[in-house]
Amino acid sequence: MALLEVKSMSHSFGGLRAVHDYNLSIGPGQIVGLIGPNGAGKTTIFNLITGIYRPSEGDVLLDGESIVGLPPHRIASRGLGRTFQEMRLWRHMSVIEHLKLAMYSRIGYGLVGAFLGTPRRNAQEREFEDEAMGLLRMLRVDRHASQLVTNLSYGEQRRVEIARALATRPKVLFLDEPAAGMNPDEMARLIDIVRQVHQELGLGILLIEHRLRVVMELCQSVQTLVFGEVIAQGAPAEIQNHPKVIEAYLGGQRVE
Amino acid sequence: MALPEPRTQSRGETASAGEPSSGMVRTLGRKIRRRLVSVPLLGWLMAGIVSVALEQALGARLASALGLPKIPVLFFLGVVKEPSLAPQTLAYVAFIYVLPCWLVARLATPVANAAASALLRLPLIVTAALHIALLYGSLHYWTELSDYRLLTVKLTLIGIILTFSLNLINGYMGEFSCSHPGFMALGAYGASLVSVPLFGKSVLFAGSPLLPAALGPYAFPVALAAGGALAAAGALLVAVPSFRTRGDYLAIVSLAFMFIVKSAVENTEVVGGPRGLAGQPDWATLPAVFAVTLLCIWIINNFVTSTMGKALNAVRDNEIAAEAMTVDTRRTKTIAFLFGAFWAGVAGGLFAHVLRYINPAMFGIQQLAEVLAMVYFGGLNSVYGSIVGAVSINLMSEMFRPLEMFKWIAIPLLLILVMIYRPLGLVAFKDFDLRTLFGPGEPEA
Repeated sequence: MALLEVKSMSHSFGGLRAVHDYNLSIGPGQIVGLIGPNGAGKTTIFNLITGIYRPSEGDVLLDGESIVGLPPHRIASRGLGRTFQEMRLWRHMSVIEHLKLAMYSRIGYGLVGAFLGTPRRNAQEREFEDEAMGLLRMLRVDRHASQLVTNLSYGEQRRVEIARALATRPKVLFLDEPAAGMNPDEMARLIDIVRQVHQELGLGILLIEHRLRVVMELCQSVQTLVFGEVIAQGAPAEIQNHPKVIEAYLGGQRVE
Repeated sequence: MALPEPRTQSRGETASAGEPSSGMVRTLGRKIRRRLVSVPLLGWLMAGIVSVALEQALGARLASALGLPKIPVLFFLGVVKEPSLAPQTLAYVAFIYVLPCWLVARLATPVANAAASALLRLPLIVTAALHIALLYGSLHYWTELSDYRLLTVKLTLIGIILTFSLNLINGYMGEFSCSHPGFMALGAYGASLVSVPLFGKSVLFAGSPLLPAALGPYAFPVALAAGGALAAAGALLVAVPSFRTRGDYLAIVSLAFMFIVKSAVENTEVVGGPRGLAGQPDWATLPAVFAVTLLCIWIINNFVTSTMGKALNAVRDNEIAAEAMTVDTRRTKTIAFLFGAFWAGVAGGLFAHVLRYINPAMFGIQQLAEVLAMVYFGGLNSVYGSIVGAVSINLMSEMFRPLEMFKWIAIPLLLILVMIYRPLGLVAFKDFDLRTLFGPGEPEA
């Protein structure tokens, strides 16, 4: 059974039809790519599924249960982690605090524990720290654990953001242009890391990406979105040579 | 509200490169600084005890020998009032305070450092208790010499509670709340409505206490908690409409709330209306105020260092990301706001019992300006900042009191200077770590 299923989801902003009849199904361990020109509605789809906007039509099922209309933090704690195109890190917090905060929904000590610093609180904070360090090691940023995020390089910040999303213990992970602005070296390392995370944790991943190399290397299937509609869907190699995709990216061929 | 970027390069670094004279001043400054940080907190507390003992023993005699009418009550701050006595006052301060501190820094630092390292091996609670006892001891004997001192210390401690609770909302959470005087008023009246009818004497109520005075010390925490709870209930009225969205709504709604509370109290004859409410029992002794202040610092600090409290920082720095990382942002904001209001209410309750008289005019725009000044002067997102802000604004306010209306020109000017050179306040974003605080000083390199 699919972990995440989106059924004919549509959404408009006022009169602008942003997404039309979008369908998606991601199983455990599957990586699906979502490509398309700027303004095609890729990030809108992320925001619709993660609850930042509420779709006007259609249904979203996570683990067989509808999550439409739930607030974003509920959807996130049910197992849908995400990163952001513009990173959205918390600039006054250290790397390890980022990961610990992403475990917020699992806090069991309550307000009294937080106010009084009970042994239970301290024990759970230590547990969170251990788990966070494990993820930081996997993403190879553990040596910066106590640094403020703003002191890290761009590529490292990207990896911290992925680690933070993983700390929510997602079943499905949404990556919004994780390779944007990276140089070829950083990109190669990112591909390695995503592949490793995918193998070790067995997540379903939905990946928005402009860099074809990333999509080709990682994804088993790719959707192409143009003006809010999926115009082509299939294996990366098919999509690369699909006439409609070429038309969308390069423009139509004029036949004289 | 967006926080300004912390400045990475200080102005002094670039300006002084080519000027030998300012370079020398800087080297001297650095030397003094290094000497200061090499003394552990324990050393300073010891110096405080020595100063206080010295003043108890010699203060009056020294003052008359110097030709001062009485001992200078607040260090050299009286200079503004009596400029002609400035040299004598400064001599007194030098002998009673600066000399013992200098001697301790000079001679006792190795001993104090050794003691501090030894204490760190004991359970933290023992170390903390010793430090607190020393601090309380010096405050106790220092305030014994003058009622004015006692009042200033009590009001400063209350100022610390107010500042820290507002820092929770304006600093840690990055919202902008203006309703702290309103919460204080609710707390002051709430606590007084418990204490005055039951234990105090007031023409407004039965006239004589309803309960025996012996129960008083047990009832004081109840009265304060009632005041805090009333303030938190008021905060809920502000929080529900303001936290639906992010933006400047809170500033406007909370400002309105402050005025609503003030005029509601003015028009309620049961609590004395604009004439105010007097007759609070004399419960707010120095140990009581001191204990509540410590409790407040301890509890709020526990909260902001837990993952649950760090959610406030996440909401401030990026709310959408916080929500996507499973944080219930609306609940987080509401809880923090109510919690801050609760402590403002407790501070209000203490305030009412220190002055033993309250009226609605005390909780107006002037009070708001004062508490905002304390937060932004001391530093956002920081325990130290709250303490520094409350202490320095309170002391400055006493110092400039003889200037009357010019006081509120002098203090804002200083505030502007702080905003220019340290936009986040004097000690912003500094974590409160007891082990570093109680530990030995940094070695002089």
